[in-house]
Amino acid sequence: MSSQPYKWIGTRPNRPDGADKVTGRARFGADFNMPGQLIGKVLRSPHAHAVIRSIDTSAAEALPGVKAVVTAKDFPEQPNVIVPTGEMQVNLRDVTRNIMAREKALYEGHAVAAVAATTEAIAREALSLIRVEYEVLPHVIDVEEAMRDDAPVLHDHLRTEGVKPEPQKASNIAKRMENIKGDVAAGFKQAEIVIERSFTTQPVHQGYIEPHATLASAAEDGQVQIWSTTQGHFQVRGFCSRLLNIETSQIRVTPSEIGGGFGGKTVVYLEPVAVRLSQKTGKPVKMVMSREEVFRASGPAPGGSVKVKIGARRDGRIVAAECTIALQAGAFPGSPIGPACWTSFACYDIDNIQVIGYDVVSNRPKVAAYRAPGAPISAWGVESALDILAQELGMDPIDLRLKNAAKKGTKTSYGPTFDTIGFVETLEAAKNSAHYKSPVKPGYTRGVAAGFWFNVGADSSAAAHVAEDGTVTVISGNPDIGGSRASLALMAAEELGVDYEKVRPVIADTSSIGFNFVTGGSRVTFATGLAVVNAVKDMIRELKGRAAKTWGVDPEAVVWENGMARPAGSNVGEFDPLSLAQLAASAGKTGGPINGHAQLNVQGAGPGFGVHVVDLAVDRDTGIVTIDRYTAAQDVGTAIHPSYVEGQLQGGVVQGIGWALNEEYIYNSKGKLDNPGFLDYRMPVASDLPMIETILVEVANPSHPYGVRGVGEVPIVPPLATVGNAIARATGVRMTDLPMSPPKLSAALDAATPRMAAE
Amino acid sequence: MNNIQYVAPQSIDEAVAAMAAANGTGRVLAGGTDLLIQMRAGVVSPGIIVDVKKIVEMTTIDETSGGYRIGAAVSGAVIGEHARLKKAWPGVVEAINLIGSKQIQGRASAGGNLCNASPAADSVPALVAAGAIVTVQGPKGRRDVPVEKIHAGPGRTTLQPGEIVVSFTLPARPAGSSDAYLRLIPRTEMDIAVVGCGVSLTIQNGTCTAARVGLGAVAPTVLLVEDAAKALAGSRLDDKALEAAAAACRAACKPINDKRGTIAYRTKIAGVLLKRAAGIAAERAGRK
Amino acid sequence: MAKLHISTTINGEPIEFLCDPPQTMLEVLRDQLGLTGSKEGCGSGDCGACSITVDGRLVCSCLMLAAEAEGHRLETIEGMARGDQLHPLQKKFVELAALQCGICTPGFLVASKALLDRNPNPTETEVRYWLAGNLCRCTGYDKIIRAVMEVAADMRETAR
Repeated sequence: MSSQPYKWIGTRPNRPDGADKVTGRARFGADFNMPGQLIGKVLRSPHAHAVIRSIDTSAAEALPGVKAVVTAKDFPEQPNVIVPTGEMQVNLRDVTRNIMAREKALYEGHAVAAVAATTEAIAREALSLIRVEYEVLPHVIDVEEAMRDDAPVLHDHLRTEGVKPEPQKASNIAKRMENIKGDVAAGFKQAEIVIERSFTTQPVHQGYIEPHATLASAAEDGQVQIWSTTQGHFQVRGFCSRLLNIETSQIRVTPSEIGGGFGGKTVVYLEPVAVRLSQKTGKPVKMVMSREEVFRASGPAPGGSVKVKIGARRDGRIVAAECTIALQAGAFPGSPIGPACWTSFACYDIDNIQVIGYDVVSNRPKVAAYRAPGAPISAWGVESALDILAQELGMDPIDLRLKNAAKKGTKTSYGPTFDTIGFVETLEAAKNSAHYKSPVKPGYTRGVAAGFWFNVGADSSAAAHVAEDGTVTVISGNPDIGGSRASLALMAAEELGVDYEKVRPVIADTSSIGFNFVTGGSRVTFATGLAVVNAVKDMIRELKGRAAKTWGVDPEAVVWENGMARPAGSNVGEFDPLSLAQLAASAGKTGGPINGHAQLNVQGAGPGFGVHVVDLAVDRDTGIVTIDRYTAAQDVGTAIHPSYVEGQLQGGVVQGIGWALNEEYIYNSKGKLDNPGFLDYRMPVASDLPMIETILVEVANPSHPYGVRGVGEVPIVPPLATVGNAIARATGVRMTDLPMSPPKLSAALDAATPRMAAE
Repeated sequence: MNNIQYVAPQSIDEAVAAMAAANGTGRVLAGGTDLLIQMRAGVVSPGIIVDVKKIVEMTTIDETSGGYRIGAAVSGAVIGEHARLKKAWPGVVEAINLIGSKQIQGRASAGGNLCNASPAADSVPALVAAGAIVTVQGPKGRRDVPVEKIHAGPGRTTLQPGEIVVSFTLPARPAGSSDAYLRLIPRTEMDIAVVGCGVSLTIQNGTCTAARVGLGAVAPTVLLVEDAAKALAGSRLDDKALEAAAAACRAACKPINDKRGTIAYRTKIAGVLLKRAAGIAAERAGRK
Repeated sequence: MAKLHISTTINGEPIEFLCDPPQTMLEVLRDQLGLTGSKEGCGSGDCGACSITVDGRLVCSCLMLAAEAEGHRLETIEGMARGDQLHPLQKKFVELAALQCGICTPGFLVASKALLDRNPNPTETEVRYWLAGNLCRCTGYDKIIRAVMEVAADMRETAR
């Protein structure tokens, strides 16, 4: 879409790992094995909330083939403090309790013991021989109920943070936070129209198709090797180091290919347990979760409630906005309440904003990140409320957003002032799209909503090596979750001026490259991409030095163009350009191997904005929603490999559609998850969907040499309200609780038309 | 799971003998799409698995004087490729073909779907509407049973110990007959029916002369809804008759609230599906 | 528990293996035969990542006992490429970025090939329903459906 000054960036070559991944050759988490390995299995709590009185493992240990059993006793106690673990802020007291329950089981599926045995069948039998004496406690699942004074308390030590004076009583509300801009009370006085509504969402799972899997081998000398499917092998190393008191450099973590993560594989579940079992047995231990375990025990995204109040003038200008968000953290504090609050009104230039957030624990699995953590929940409320405002004002929903759109210089409610952003351009692209300009087909209606995500920079390391024949290896440390090898190789090829095919990207283990923050926050192509570019620049500096040495001139007299060293001008002398191959061939004589390195704490991630349009039909008799057409426009910065950028948008949209229509955690009265499988946790299937049209709006990020913005998070933010807004316009019924599943939508439609219900 | 055995007999007699010898711990393996899931979940732990797919009578489809005999272990995919059967009984075939994905269709059978005894089994309402007769063989010999008599409750059947479902027989039918099956699921595929409805009709000169209605997932067993059939039979399938039949379906419902639907929703949908399925069956019948 | 001796054909090669009666085909493929291209995403037939064909018929290998392979012809993702030539579907999936993480890809390829072997001219709706038993959480299916449709068109062109 932009004029193309690049040779490689913006093209669509085959990904470097393509052949491996279409032939079954690529090795994912469960595909790693070692000679003599044992199989580890986890015993999980059948209760939502129970004191663990005792655990008797003697019968299990006596079973032939069982080599070790571990419980919380095998893991050192951790302090109740938030510490950096591989740059991630976590409370180690909680993490060690999440991987293995200590005093209490806090959710159904909470790990209470684990075994290692020679076969899976023996391991399973051993689990059935472990006797756990529980004292079952009253439990609480719902977030509103968990906030009540009389709710069962999960943690006796938990006091609500952010409240003055400091509370004396334990509470399930772990934190209260607020961010305020201007004066909302004064703002609402100027309002000619006020929209006020409450919305809720249910927990949803990231739904990666590959279950968690790991293989750990602890040697007698204290060195530990781990293979793991993870979004952050440095985080696996950091957690295992802290939780097991092993020096960090003694642990080497190799990331497998990763079968999806979406944020859910940024934390540890199995790895510390497998290492501990391996330490106790002296054998490698392999552990793989079943799908049921993934649902019961790995992090879903939170459900939550959002109360929104928006005041505007009749011309559509918003003068004040308020929202209160409560998110389920699961069994331990730490929901994405911060991002949920900060993103809530980030799309809009509003003078008066007040956002209040609550982080609430309840007897559910501890939540994990899921694509733009927190943002879809607040956007569901805010973007639905904006649609009501547009309807009441009789304004086009895109025009209403254009009237209030954030732009360069807009100060956010949470602090930063936006640099160059592309929200206006994205709104205009959506407005001018073939989809939006087309008439809505009879029987269908159209919905629109927007979304925002900050995007993330943080720590990255990279290296570039020239091989003996002049081809190049680029080494980074972020698992490739959706084609990032291709993006990194494209930027390296562009920077170096050589063919994409001459650049081989490799993902190194934790001992072979410097630290890298997780693959998350839509940071890899941006931040690790910058590290790769800088590593290549470092290598070019070295290459120019070698050419200078060959020619006997100053390094400053050499330029690097189109993959060759050339004299900077005719005054330098008459020299034939030196290719990479030539410089590599003579490297032994000019100073040895030619490499480049970079390590960065990357700032300046460019925020992204999305505007989505849907056409859908509602079957009034059944409540079934059929999506006919869907378009996602997004400010993506420079699209390095447009196919994978489109893929991020399409995938995010469909996850959002699932969240909107059918996905939810369903608990029974005992606090047990009733739908721990793909049969009744209903993710969209191919026949549920049309093609997902994408419009890549390329507003370059000024903080990146190639203008990269993260793209993966934004597309899951708008769909919930996009779909809800279309349903409201189709039926006249505003759905406020997700999912808008057929039984729920049908009941709402019947409630709105009592005559039909009485039939 | 320790001393589990697997046999694949060539004849029904051998299969019945193996089941009888197992003293109630035998499980028939046809497509395995329910059995293997239950074994994995630890819900069942058979002593012996009797794979019936080497038995010709259970894995073939025959035409029998205008009707059809479908082996109980014939996979959905094979049934869906049988053009004449599909033409004669489109509702039965579409119901069997709705059980799971294409992968599941490669293995799942009508016999397994029936014997799993889920009230939500897709094939059963259509087979009930079709008036299918089930041939059962056990230690005491063979017997024929109307399909609606097989289910006793969720996961329970009226089969006697050692009995195996051998085949289904669909009767010959007069001109102007057809059938249809519709189910409601939240997605477009891959779900268990929230409600399923099979309707079989004969239409002569615009009047419905015979009708049968099967309803699934609204009671502990799949229901034959005779009142709905009565409302349709003799009518010209006008709005009034359809509404009366829909009301009969709603009245027959004894559903539960669960993760797949509510009592109110299931009851309402039973009526909606009856009308729609009857419309499709009538349209198909008119084409013949 | 006595092991069963099974003789079968996998990707054209005669194979013999021993298995326990309750072992699934997927377990034997992955843990005994080293054919780890078939993946376990659910173990309940809901995700399709373990798709293989048995005598040309598409099935989930997690819902098939290994003992049932006796005397049948199995095809897995490992048998799809011919020598050093990727199957057109494999090539197109890479070219069109029809995979992101790649865990579902073997299942989608096996299922798509089973479709095109039967129906060389499927509509988009037919492709979508045929592949409804294969879950993909990354792509939103768009590029997968396009890849299958394009390969079908290419193969029809070549066959002409």
